[in-house]
Amino acid sequence: MSSDDKRLGQGLSQMNLGRRQILKGLAAMPVASAFGASAFFPSSAFAQAPATSAINTTGLSVTDTEVTVGILHSVTGTMAISETGSVQAEKLAIDQINAAGGVLGRKIKYVQEDGASDWPTFAEKAKKLLVQDKCASVFGCWTSASRKAVLPVFEQYNGMLYYPTFYEGLEQSKNVIYTGQEATQQIIAGLNWVVQNRGAQSFYLLGSDYIWPRTSNKIARKHIENFLKLQVVGEEYFPLGHTQFNSAINKIKLKKPDVIYAIIVGGSNVAFYKQLKAAGIDLSKQTLLTISVTEDEILGIGGENIAGALACMKYFQSLDNPNNKAFVEAFKTAYGPNMVIGDVTQAAYLGPWLWKLTVEKAGSFDIDKVAAASPGVAFDKAPEGYVRIHENHHLWSKTRVGKARPDGQFDVLYETAELVEPDPFPKGYQ
Amino acid sequence: MFMGYSLGELGSIFAMQAFAGLILFSVFVLMSLGLAIIFGQMGVINMAHGEFMILGAYMTYLTSQAFHAFAPGLYGIYFFVAMAVAFCASGALGMLVEWSMIRFLYKRPLDTLLATWGLSLIMQQAFRSIFGAREVGVELPDWMMGSLPITDTIEVQINGLFVMGLTTLIAIAVYLLMFRSRWGLQVRAVVLNRPMAGAVGIDTERVDRFTFGLGCGIAGIAGSAFTMIGSTGPTAGQLYIVDTFLVVVFGGAASLAGTIASAFTISQAQSTMEFFMSGSMAKVLTLLVVVCILMVRPEGLFVLKVRR
Repeated sequence: MSSDDKRLGQGLSQMNLGRRQILKGLAAMPVASAFGASAFFPSSAFAQAPATSAINTTGLSVTDTEVTVGILHSVTGTMAISETGSVQAEKLAIDQINAAGGVLGRKIKYVQEDGASDWPTFAEKAKKLLVQDKCASVFGCWTSASRKAVLPVFEQYNGMLYYPTFYEGLEQSKNVIYTGQEATQQIIAGLNWVVQNRGAQSFYLLGSDYIWPRTSNKIARKHIENFLKLQVVGEEYFPLGHTQFNSAINKIKLKKPDVIYAIIVGGSNVAFYKQLKAAGIDLSKQTLLTISVTEDEILGIGGENIAGALACMKYFQSLDNPNNKAFVEAFKTAYGPNMVIGDVTQAAYLGPWLWKLTVEKAGSFDIDKVAAASPGVAFDKAPEGYVRIHENHHLWSKTRVGKARPDGQFDVLYETAELVEPDPFPKGYQ
Repeated sequence: MFMGYSLGELGSIFAMQAFAGLILFSVFVLMSLGLAIIFGQMGVINMAHGEFMILGAYMTYLTSQAFHAFAPGLYGIYFFVAMAVAFCASGALGMLVEWSMIRFLYKRPLDTLLATWGLSLIMQQAFRSIFGAREVGVELPDWMMGSLPITDTIEVQINGLFVMGLTTLIAIAVYLLMFRSRWGLQVRAVVLNRPMAGAVGIDTERVDRFTFGLGCGIAGIAGSAFTMIGSTGPTAGQLYIVDTFLVVVFGGAASLAGTIASAFTISQAQSTMEFFMSGSMAKVLTLLVVVCILMVRPEGLFVLKVRR
């Protein structure tokens, strides 16, 4: 931890300056910040840019002054609720990078496509971004289903995808950088923490019925039973969109687990926590650990219904470090003071920055060179602290446990001392 | 799974489980009554039913915001005002929709299906544009949260009691309206024989409009009540629509009593099975049983004998 802190400290003084300028810039031109800042910066900043022919040998959309990237999220349909924050974070990062001089002397221009919460649409739009727009990289996708849909497209047309969501793991591709945590990073630290600090002996696993909760609970069960030698007293799944949890809550009352481990998503989440509270389960006494509730979800659930629950992920808006303070301030300046920032939003913000750093390390926009240069790229201005790309294209990152407050924010109770190694194909957990 | 529990513990669990079943029953009745009225009395399949419910939920949200801002002292009772507002808003929109769209489609039932589905998409996107894509949190007065401890181990959810009371009231009101009022008489006359009803001087268009408005208004109240147990977002209506249709179709489309009987059967089956197996499996089994029964009795549980 201490070495990271030092690194943070060193980066800090330069960074504050940069951020302040950016903030001023953003405040002065709200329109530009909404549509992608461009043309506002003197061209002298781009004077030493290398020749386009040298840094773009594969026909990507790179000119002497501009490079085109894609943003591919759902802004309509069911998933819009979750993906809106990611889009905002990616645009903010792009604006900030442009304000700081762009990438290899080129300003970033983005093309945004709407996946419309429909997986075949995602694949189609991904193809359009790669084939027609020749995007040098794409920031996008949210659900695992959409990522699985676009993966063959990115591999076939050799594109680069920065994927922000925490997910179930069991995947690795040359063409994807996973800026969220994979399952073992997110799960194991949290379980260990409740065992050590809450004396937990028995667990009740709950989840929505699809790949992410099922895979995550499988890992959790293996860890609880094989490594911690403790007991899982129940495991249960509900259809997506399920709204009636009274029977499940009665079962939980009967089993009296030390920890309720909940991976429920979407509208079900709201129903689950409201009914849990109505049934008289007091989350300040009953330990509940979740990996699916961020500040975004609490907006819908209502802070008073979930206060006291523990969440385990890598980022909370309330993190107390200078990087994060600057990030939260910039985000609120750009999108309004009532915005909340969840784990995935922060991970989405990392995407454009990591890509910029990788391109500069590779000295080229070529996809193959960027993919090869990715391992080892470190970003010390990340709001979550310091992150580094692993050989397996996931991020080294810290895992934190937060306790929900009635105002919808989290108090951070714990963070891992070291960065947690990503392990998308964990041995002993399959 | 009952090993190692005392008789008293088991007793209280069964009591709470029975109560959970009753809550689910009330929820099902509340959400399907509006649809059953429209479907049963007018033959219109309203695919936008869920969106009318969510309109009610958003009205509740707005009312709570208004009370927060202008009358914080009366916050404890805002929910009753909110339900009235929800009823009026959904009902008024329902009548508008009937007047502008549905009335041209009475002779083309499949087209109403398509038209109301389109309406549901329009309403979803309208919610998204007006209230934002994210879910909104509807805050409840303190007295409506939590539970009443009956004994040491039995606790009764207050919002569950509230939903049960509300459902009973609305069911009685609908019964009185349909079977004890002059207006209900007109509605039933129109259902049985539209040309004849028109010939004896009943304004059938007006009856249609009010029936549709009533169905949508009840959906609005249901949506308002469901802010206690579920989410309020642009697409949240979709969460209820499948269960709603299940209850109405299973009960026999033209019969209100059938809707209530079917809601009772499905809710008890689902709640009991959920206790003994995973939520997903319980749902699968419930659907399977309903499909099997509908194969034997395609008209549903209760059939209204009508000469067409």
